Amino acid sequence: MIRVEDLVLRYPGAAEPAVRGVSFAAEAGRVTAVVGPNGSGKSTIVRALLGRLAPERGTLTLDGRPAGDYTRREVATTVAVVPQREEPVFPMQVRDFIALGRYPHGGAFAGRSAEDRGAIDRAVARADVASFLDRPTDALSGGEWQRVRIARALAQGGRALVLDEPTTFLDIAHEMAVFELLDTLARGGQAVLLVSHQLNLVARFADHIVLLHQGRVAASGTPDTVMRGDVLEQVYEWPLVVARDPAVGAPVLVPLRGRGTR
Amino acid sequence: MSWRLGLALLLALLVAVTLGFAVGSVPLAPDVVWRALFGAGDASAVAIVQGLRLPRVALGVVVGAGLAASGTALQATLRNPLAEPYLLGVSGGAAVGAVLTVVFGLTAPALLPLSAFAGATLAVVLVLLVARAAGGRADPRVLLMAGVVIGAFCTAAIMVALATAPENTVRGALWWMMGSLGDAQWTSLRWIALYVALGLALLIWWGRDLDVLSLGEDAAASLGLDVERVTRRIYLSASLLAAATVAGAGLIGFVGLIVPAIARALGTRTSRGTLIASALAGGALVVAADVVARTVLRPTELPLGAVTALVGVPFFLWRLRGQR
Repeated sequence: MIRVEDLVLRYPGAAEPAVRGVSFAAEAGRVTAVVGPNGSGKSTIVRALLGRLAPERGTLTLDGRPAGDYTRREVATTVAVVPQREEPVFPMQVRDFIALGRYPHGGAFAGRSAEDRGAIDRAVARADVASFLDRPTDALSGGEWQRVRIARALAQGGRALVLDEPTTFLDIAHEMAVFELLDTLARGGQAVLLVSHQLNLVARFADHIVLLHQGRVAASGTPDTVMRGDVLEQVYEWPLVVARDPAVGAPVLVPLRGRGTR
Repeated sequence: MSWRLGLALLLALLVAVTLGFAVGSVPLAPDVVWRALFGAGDASAVAIVQGLRLPRVALGVVVGAGLAASGTALQATLRNPLAEPYLLGVSGGAAVGAVLTVVFGLTAPALLPLSAFAGATLAVVLVLLVARAAGGRADPRVLLMAGVVIGAFCTAAIMVALATAPENTVRGALWWMMGSLGDAQWTSLRWIALYVALGLALLIWWGRDLDVLSLGEDAAASLGLDVERVTRRIYLSASLLAAATVAGAGLIGFVGLIVPAIARALGTRTSRGTLIASALAGGALVVAADVVARTVLRPTELPLGAVTALVGVPFFLWRLRGQR
């Protein structure tokens, strides 16, 4: 679905590229996670997927076609990105907010076609937000808000979903609910690309992890191949061990105390 | 926007307009006013209503609609409920443009709004640059500070431009800088109405873009919106609206701040709804404020901009408390 090859990204005016030759693919039916410490280039890749930063080198293809061959609206109907932060200054009804997901499909005065309504209804059902459609967006809890944003992204109708730190401000229950939702979406055939700090959660839910370090891929593969103590210790510059979680046996990173290398 | 709200606002506008026709040195009853408007009844009433008060009230409606719509668009684009053309220095820039053409003797009625437009556009660019240099336009307060600073600079520039002008010109210019509907004339009003109608139509046309843009730049980009291009268009349209109002009635602050807030409080949730509701309510508010300006210290007339500021500043301070 989303495939990047040897991608180099540089912010305008920056001396060094932020992403230096990264390759990975986010396939349909899988949860792919891009992880890494602060400044490793995760958010830069999201910027490129948003079309706000053009690749300096390498390719970014969507459905086998270079992203540059798409119009902005075509990109939006193929890949839906849920950016990290979003706070509506002027609250709107959840129903209207989700309907904005149909923006890339319509012109200035496009009404709600049957197709639009169908896509919105499906998105509402899949993200399980039917119970608060009539609430204003500023009367939602953090977890509800994330689900509403995912619903808007699903209403865009694409087969790929990109989420930038979707659970940063959520408590455990809401965080788990969001990850379960993403897992369900992937099982339903969606390509889910997750950019996250939550290494341990990602290790439980992702099918494929891409570990970035200083703009390069430090490790890439299944959680078991990426979650190795020596690799992670080097990337995060902190002593740690990798254990097994007692519930499902997924690898868990445990940072150690008091012997920092920084 | 619901039909009920639309009708209610239309009614409010009608009441304000009737007051605008009725109140003055010769008070007229509402029924006399409406008959006179269509040329019936007492000849002197017809002369007063059609000749004197109609252009003034019409200018008030146009200016109010333009200011309110400009404020609505700026607030959505900048994601800042305190944004409005006067506080952002856009009106000040327009005033510089207008004064310069007058100083250089270019006073064609079609040209005045256009040179004001050039000044307004330049002011927008400057304000955004200053805000960026001072820590980013994401902070609503930094942006307003930049606007106020550029506005102060514009006032100073106008004073310099007028330094050598004859006393009469200076007095007229000062009056105009405090905002007034007193100079309403059909020749200029036609052009101003045309530019306001154009700006308003463009913004309503781009209403969905405005909704998406108000989500923030990243979210707008993820929905396939060309953020830079759309933002530029909206700034230009909002500047055109502000410039046309300045060319017609001088500097009138806070209308663009108060009216969109009222429209949203009345339940408009989409940009298109807020734009239309604001245009109606803005027209009503400016005409009503002009009635106040003409009557409280009769026979002395207050500057209209002073009246709107007396209401607007407390409102601004109240809204400021709600900001982070």
